[in-house]
Amino acid sequence: MNTLLDRLDAAAAERKAMLPDGLDAFGMPVEEIYSSTEARVGNRRILFFGTNNYLGLTFSPECLKAAHDALDSEGTGTTGSRMANGNYTGHRALEREFAEFYQCRSAMVFTTGYQANLGAISGLAGPGDVLLIDSDCHASIYDGCRLSGADIVRFRHNDVADMDKRLRRLGERTKSTLIIVEGIYSMLGDQAPLAGFVELKEKYQSLLLVDEAHSLGVLGATGQGLVEATGLLDRVDFITGTFSKSLGSIGGYCVSNHPQLDQLRYVSRPYIFTASSSPTTIASTRMALKLLRDGVALREQLWRNAKQLYASLAGFGYKLGPDPGPVVAAILESPAQALALWRGLLEDGIYVNMILPPAAPENTALVRCSVSAAHTSEQIERVCESFKRLRREIGL
Amino acid sequence: MTNTNNEILQQLCRHLEQQGGGKAIDPDRTLLEQLALDSVKVLTLIMEIEDEFDVTIPINALADIQSVRDFSILIGKIKSQQ
Repeated sequence: MNTLLDRLDAAAAERKAMLPDGLDAFGMPVEEIYSSTEARVGNRRILFFGTNNYLGLTFSPECLKAAHDALDSEGTGTTGSRMANGNYTGHRALEREFAEFYQCRSAMVFTTGYQANLGAISGLAGPGDVLLIDSDCHASIYDGCRLSGADIVRFRHNDVADMDKRLRRLGERTKSTLIIVEGIYSMLGDQAPLAGFVELKEKYQSLLLVDEAHSLGVLGATGQGLVEATGLLDRVDFITGTFSKSLGSIGGYCVSNHPQLDQLRYVSRPYIFTASSSPTTIASTRMALKLLRDGVALREQLWRNAKQLYASLAGFGYKLGPDPGPVVAAILESPAQALALWRGLLEDGIYVNMILPPAAPENTALVRCSVSAAHTSEQIERVCESFKRLRREIGL
Repeated sequence: MTNTNNEILQQLCRHLEQQGGGKAIDPDRTLLEQLALDSVKVLTLIMEIEDEFDVTIPINALADIQSVRDFSILIGKIKSQQ
């Protein structure tokens, strides 16, 4: 037997062992989409409470029209890299619009959010440099760090004193250190203590990258993210993010005031060696960015919904992440508890995400809801009722 | 192995024994098989060891580490370069 294939079998067996009988290890196929919040899975109508569709823009008439027009005029795909034939005026326009949105010198657009982190981090740092990352950073950040060849050092999640200690140990190497944190963390929905991190990066003359994947459109008056909510936009070196959450499509970006950002185009392999985003994606994202920037009412609705869900679940006695926000994670004591709750919700026609160890924080398992501005108050009440009843029935 | 390296190995084994609920650590076996650690717990352990020895241990420096003894040698090397 081939050992490479054996290893895949072992990984699959481990994954399947964690799932209940009859559940597809590759996730549940969505058969039909009714709206940004409802779909059919198998024979069941499902309420989506596990998407990242924070502003509910996936069926925005303006975004749909922009995408349809681009499809008709530019075709289904670019079939080439940004460095070759795949560099359309729409890609450049979206980059200009992102730069204007953040009032930054330049912006780069990547084909996915994953590639934005992979491409930005591996282009900025190299062998001999240091990448100091929050221990709860997303896999795309870890993978970008590995691709760079730089030394990867972690600090304890959201712990300013711990970061300080690790920077001190680095001595002169802090001047070739890129610190990486996230605006909102995807597991518990908590926010980075950005002011403390900015002070440290300035004290040690390092650079700071903030990934606003889950905070774009969610935080700040115009939706720039945590940098805007904290008034620290000008003191952060690089911002990355994704189109696949609040912007309702797929892709990623990096913005900066450093003129060197544009030079990443020559060295960033995840930027160069892939086809560029399709014209429909670019067109709908450009429209969604305008809606996001002007979407004060959408953000207000999102936060009303998030606070309604967070307050209700807390009131029922669920242990939750520290900050109310669009990611509302119920922290359970065991995978069995999480599984029972997740299955019960699914039987009630509610889809949420279940996070098991080792992806969940130590000695926990999560049932994670993602709230959208498109959810109605009645839909949230329905979810709350299910959580309340299941807590009693399961004995949580 | 020098005295300093021996001291590092002993200190490392003591730390790992506390982690493992007092179970004796064999310096010539791997951490994973002795402490039943998953990938996330290994990363947490690295932060604790960094604090214990006041050193920076890049997680990508662990690729060549097999045994607890290898790990102690790496710590000694990093300390000597500081």
